[in-house]
Amino acid sequence: MERKKTKNRREFIRSSMRFGMVLALGGAGGLAFRHSAGDKWVWQVDPFKCSWCGRCATHCVLSPSAVKCMHAYDLCGYCDLCGGYLIPGHSARSTAAENQLCPTAAIERKFIEEPYYQYTINEDLCIGCAKCVEGCSAFGNGSLHLQVNHEICVNCNECAIARSCPSDAVKRVRGSAPYLMKGDFSRDQT
Amino acid sequence: MPFLLLLLIALSVDSTAQQRFPMPEFESGYQHPEVSAPEPRSLALEYIDVLVLLAFLSVTSWLVIRKRSRKWILGLVVAALLYFGFWRNGCICPIGSVQNMALSFSDPGYAVSYTVIAFFMLPLLFSLGFGRVFCGTACPLGAIQDLVIIRPVKVPARVSKSLGMFPFVYLALAVLYASTGTGFVICRYDPFIGIFRMGAEFHLIVLGIAFLLAGMFVARPYCRFVCPYGALLKVTSMFSKHHISITPSQCIECKLCSDSCPFGAIDRPVPERAISEMKGKTGHFMLYAAVIPLLMMAGGWALSSSHIFLSRAHPDVYLAHLLIDNPGVMDDTENLDVQTFLGSDRTMESLVHDAEAIQAAFLRGSWITGAFIGLVAGLFLVSQSIIRRRTGYHPNRGDCLSCGRCLKYCPVQK
Repeated sequence: MERKKTKNRREFIRSSMRFGMVLALGGAGGLAFRHSAGDKWVWQVDPFKCSWCGRCATHCVLSPSAVKCMHAYDLCGYCDLCGGYLIPGHSARSTAAENQLCPTAAIERKFIEEPYYQYTINEDLCIGCAKCVEGCSAFGNGSLHLQVNHEICVNCNECAIARSCPSDAVKRVRGSAPYLMKGDFSRDQT
Repeated sequence: MPFLLLLLIALSVDSTAQQRFPMPEFESGYQHPEVSAPEPRSLALEYIDVLVLLAFLSVTSWLVIRKRSRKWILGLVVAALLYFGFWRNGCICPIGSVQNMALSFSDPGYAVSYTVIAFFMLPLLFSLGFGRVFCGTACPLGAIQDLVIIRPVKVPARVSKSLGMFPFVYLALAVLYASTGTGFVICRYDPFIGIFRMGAEFHLIVLGIAFLLAGMFVARPYCRFVCPYGALLKVTSMFSKHHISITPSQCIECKLCSDSCPFGAIDRPVPERAISEMKGKTGHFMLYAAVIPLLMMAGGWALSSSHIFLSRAHPDVYLAHLLIDNPGVMDDTENLDVQTFLGSDRTMESLVHDAEAIQAAFLRGSWITGAFIGLVAGLFLVSQSIIRRRTGYHPNRGDCLSCGRCLKYCPVQK
């Protein structure tokens, strides 16, 4: 009789605790649900905050980095003397490897018509070092800029680049609008 | 940087007309190519992940309570390791979702997604119903450790109980760091993520391999002594409605199962003699219970007095401290963080203002965190002074990971 009573008491404590925890969980879930979104978050570089420090190339958990240089063609000046393609003060006007900024030769240059050239990023070669972004922003229109390629990005819960970015340019954006491309993005800003 | 501002102004005034080098009028009728911008993984696939988790939890619950088969559980362990581990790269997992929930409560700008809420809630709800079934199969971190258990040694109960307090401390600190916007420490120091992704920073790989090597002899060390989500599951599982039972009917106290558990999660029978020995010690219980508020105060005071130190993990606070304590660093052209700050339009006042706001949040948060740690320590003491009459061998509801190893050792037939 005595034993049965303790059993009942234990059972009562257990079920009331369980009930309380279901309520607490439901409360927490409901509260989170109230200002939740039916969308997911992905990481993206804000090109207007980016200071092309080069950490995107070194701090990504992937190797090579998921951050790639992307080219806003409608902002490009199609210059022959491209600040993003050629190193500043290059000795001879040739496109030989020693005169190119890109360490992996990921920028492809194609002649269109005199005196214009089209510059295309080969993303398979790009490591996201931002050397061309720095050159293009310093001497040109800033049409070369860094973006997270979402085909490659594994979308870590906390982005290692975001943590180390000195200008706080890597942020969470909605999965439905996953890019902050310079061409479209700057038009949206106005 | 000044050029960038110029560009911004130029764009906002008159779209692209005032570019440094306007886009040429091509005579050849040249059309520029489209920029490839591949979409991220679709939302539908995220919901499939939730369904997979739900399926894992449901099937495991059925396996441990009705089917009682270690073989099937092992199959699910391998499946979880492949799906959530190597295929999904271990992200997002319920363990990390604790931080997303904490951030969503503190930061109104961060709306947590439905998937994350589901990943946080489902394992906890299932543990209230059926015990830690999530730890048993679905967790990829548990799965990889479960498969390397070769020769588990018995950790003395006192040692494992004391070490078992660390997950609560880790949980409290992780919530503090997440809710102050400092960072997600659980994800940062996830030892197995590097193995799942087949690549990570060197120290993470070393940590992962160290855990796996240790895990050959001390079974599932991360789950038992580190995992902060496991701390939550431990508490909810203690009050679960159903739970795996070693014997299908009545325990005959043959002791065969007692060595089968590599986690030391099987409670022995408690004889009457032990109860009567404890009878005279009710004072201990009262004493410990009375000490709890004191411990909470002490914990809160101890942690809050080190809130400055804790807050330095936040990049803004770190930078402000660096610049104030060591102004010479401004001349260091190698220091990227400092040079970027000096090059930006952010003033020292605004940085210090932001850093002070973060430190204030840390002061509040560290009182709560410290009090919570004190509470856990107090409850641990109280639990040491409680002894319950028990007949037969039973899995400890808090510690049992629902792996099902003990099932086949029981000679009792249904």
